[in-house]
Amino acid sequence: MMHADTSSRLQQQIRACRDPIQIMSHIVLGYPSLEENRLVMDQMVAAGVHVIELQIPFSEPIADGPVIAYANQESLRRGFRVEEGLNFIAESVRRYPIPILIMTYVNILMARGVESFIQQSATMGVRGLIVPDLPLEEAGSAMEWCRLHGKGGLDWIHLFTPTSGMDRLEALGRHASGMVYCVARRGVTGQRTDFDPALMDFLNRCRAATTVPLALGFGVRSHTDVQQLIGKVELAVVGTAAIEVHLSQGVEAVGRFFSGLKQAV
Amino acid sequence: MKKGYFGTFGGAYIPEILHETFRRLTQAYEDARQDPQFWREYLEVMENYSGRPTPLTFAENLTRHFGRKIYIKREDLNQTGAHKANNVMGQGLLVRRMGKKRVIAETGAGQHGVATATMAARMGFECVIYMGAKDVERQRPNVFWMQQLGATVVPVNSGSCTLKDAINEAMRDWVGSMDETHYVLGTACGAHPFPEMVSWFQSIIGIEARKQILDQAGCLPYRVYACVGGGSNAMGIFQGFINDSQVELIGVEAGGEGIASGKHASRLASGAGQMGVAHGYKTLFLQDGDGQMRETHSVAAGLDYVGVSPILAHLHATGRVRFASADNREVVDALKKLMRYEGLIGALESMHGVARAFAEMPSMPEDSVVIINLSGRGDKDIFTIADALDDPGWREFILQKARQYQNR
Repeated sequence: MMHADTSSRLQQQIRACRDPIQIMSHIVLGYPSLEENRLVMDQMVAAGVHVIELQIPFSEPIADGPVIAYANQESLRRGFRVEEGLNFIAESVRRYPIPILIMTYVNILMARGVESFIQQSATMGVRGLIVPDLPLEEAGSAMEWCRLHGKGGLDWIHLFTPTSGMDRLEALGRHASGMVYCVARRGVTGQRTDFDPALMDFLNRCRAATTVPLALGFGVRSHTDVQQLIGKVELAVVGTAAIEVHLSQGVEAVGRFFSGLKQAV
Repeated sequence: MKKGYFGTFGGAYIPEILHETFRRLTQAYEDARQDPQFWREYLEVMENYSGRPTPLTFAENLTRHFGRKIYIKREDLNQTGAHKANNVMGQGLLVRRMGKKRVIAETGAGQHGVATATMAARMGFECVIYMGAKDVERQRPNVFWMQQLGATVVPVNSGSCTLKDAINEAMRDWVGSMDETHYVLGTACGAHPFPEMVSWFQSIIGIEARKQILDQAGCLPYRVYACVGGGSNAMGIFQGFINDSQVELIGVEAGGEGIASGKHASRLASGAGQMGVAHGYKTLFLQDGDGQMRETHSVAAGLDYVGVSPILAHLHATGRVRFASADNREVVDALKKLMRYEGLIGALESMHGVARAFAEMPSMPEDSVVIINLSGRGDKDIFTIADALDDPGWREFILQKARQYQNR
């Protein structure tokens, strides 16, 4: 297991970067449109974002907060189809030099067949899958298919949360590959997070539970937030805050927003 | 078989943040189930607070009309007027055992919301109810009662603004509040242990009904009918007869404007349900080719749901339960008949079971004994029913009332 972990392409790419902390950003496909997603991604990559997760919208996004849930719903209302989303993802992988991850809910995988979804993701060069409603107990086959079809190129990304005890973190850590997505607090995406000693203690427990790089998400909004995470995690995930900037100030503002965050780096 | 699975259905597809919460809930549920004192306490509460056992009423006039012996299980006589009381009081006792102080719930028709609000008032819990904005509009009287009972009602404006969206919103609350909050899921759906636990509390219906029919008719029924939204009232009564292989069990889904119209909420009988995962469990959902949940339609808000109990999906797959549907028109006709013949005002949800039973009467041998589960009473549906019956007197009353409010 550990041997497979160290050979993962995503992990190598993260480890190869010399920046003190890396930025991972989030895009909801089809919101407000795929054309605009493309412009936003251009901005993000130009501003030096290190990893991008592309969310395939689902009608029942239980783990997402109001802003991202609304984006899911709006994208679907405007006629988003998974097929065109996958085409967009394939094109993104070719277009940008950074790792691209897919985030979605398991029913989207099931509708196409979980194995064939994973196989297609591997073929496209997607580096990881984040599926928050497929817990460890149910993810056995999915992890196996990632290894089989990805051959080190596609990781099944696990989530660590502050409600998990050490034994649970260790159980998840044993299966971790590529990176682990650490959820900063209880609640959904987009709410405020306190960067307090309890969070730092949680991140120390995360570090003890796995050897793969850590990403911290949920409530990372500012330059200061990112700065506080240096030395604690390899990646800071910025999702809701960037969507808000995009909606209120337009596409170019997204580039400025991420350039600002990068000054922390 | 894997824990929490019924055949290939069920499971616990929950975000990692809730893993520990579900572990503790499952433990509390299993401990309660092992403890005979817990069930005794449950029976006492249901007897003292909810008037159980509910009668099994012999429907004399319908029996004469159809030439089949018709018995009606009177879940409409529960506290708050529906079988929902069985589930909420059971979960309330469990919340007490777990030492939590706040409860949240989703509601469609509002019945489960009202039931949860009464339980919270009685047991001293803070209570928040999530309800689709469309349902808030359709079921204003229930919103009024929930608020009077001290609950906060949160209208949900996301997605299709109905039951499934209320479930999502309740889940969003729970992932942030699980330390002090229990989510009182209203039906035999969701992640393990909910389908099993809710069915356990509802099994009181079938335990009573089996004893009552043997006492009154002297034999087991030929058929048992129940409506199926999420499936908790059907699970409740079916469990009493599940091991009596000669008893045919029929679950009746919402046919809406007719299966052919596509505007319905029939997941099993229509054959339209596809295997999927949402709301924490695996079952047959009404969804499109991409896996997005479809809109559902029914005159009865409580049946208007995209998924169905994994236990019922399994019993459908094994053939133990047969599934059928009743459309909006059949339901309203059956209600008129039930009111005129027996003086019973059934909830529109429950009337689906009644309507289908009426339709199938000719196919049963004469003098067959039939049980229909009347899961709730229809007073709450007065606006919808008055609309469906296009009652001129009611319309005049509402107009007059509106004028009164306007002039204030």
